[in-house]
Amino acid sequence: MKYQVQENCLTIYLPREVDHHNAEEMKREADAVIDRNHIKYVIFDFERTDFMDSSGIGVIMGRYKTISLIGGEVWAVHANARIRKILTLSGATKIMQIYEEEKL
Amino acid sequence: MKNTNEMEIRFESRSANEGFARVSVAAFMTQLNPTVEEVADVKTAVSEAVTNAIIHGYDSEVEKVCIRCRIEDNVFMVEVSDTGKGIENVEEAMRPMFTTKPEQERSGMGFAFMEAFMDSVEVESEPGKGTRVRMKKSIGKGREIWTTQSL
Repeated sequence: MKYQVQENCLTIYLPREVDHHNAEEMKREADAVIDRNHIKYVIFDFERTDFMDSSGIGVIMGRYKTISLIGGEVWAVHANARIRKILTLSGATKIMQIYEEEKL
Repeated sequence: MKNTNEMEIRFESRSANEGFARVSVAAFMTQLNPTVEEVADVKTAVSEAVTNAIIHGYDSEVEKVCIRCRIEDNVFMVEVSDTGKGIENVEEAMRPMFTTKPEQERSGMGFAFMEAFMDSVEVESEPGKGTRVRMKKSIGKGREIWTTQSL
């Protein structure tokens, strides 16, 4: 899992495809990093992602559960139309903010 | 005469095969000349059904998952079956947010996604015998309007 920690903020650079196969490892690693660095904000960066199924929703919801206990937030950035559709359909947009890039 | 074609694949219920399954189905589907959106819809639905077979049907034991695809004119049918433990209550299993594995952080959105992205989803299941998910989607709806439009 590619990630970056800046103070209490963790950015997870999601892979090209987010499915059950790679979700398991991501959950484990993310939880370890969150615990170790007292993370309050988690940013899911979808820059490289063109496929995600409900396993990805599980990853987001699970991390939200953990950090919402300490008043944290989850964000999505660089989500393409497809990913937005998945996030909206699953109701994940109710708990997470989607960062909209400014359009020129 | 209907224009038909069929394919079948069988693979082990390892999570690494989830990507293989949806890419194979997508490749077979290309002969219908689908849009990017339609391919993405089918890939998501197949991924959900295969993931269900692996984690619920077989409880992560290694057995065989079977996918059958059939094309009838512009209708794409895909069937994902396993010979795993089956579903006690199909109606309950298909309810959004329902999951038997909350400890594994399953979102409970699998069937909801299949229903959202396909035209129809039918589930046949017998406890102890296995589960078969049959999905249909017509491809190229409304494209006619485009191709017949004069310049």
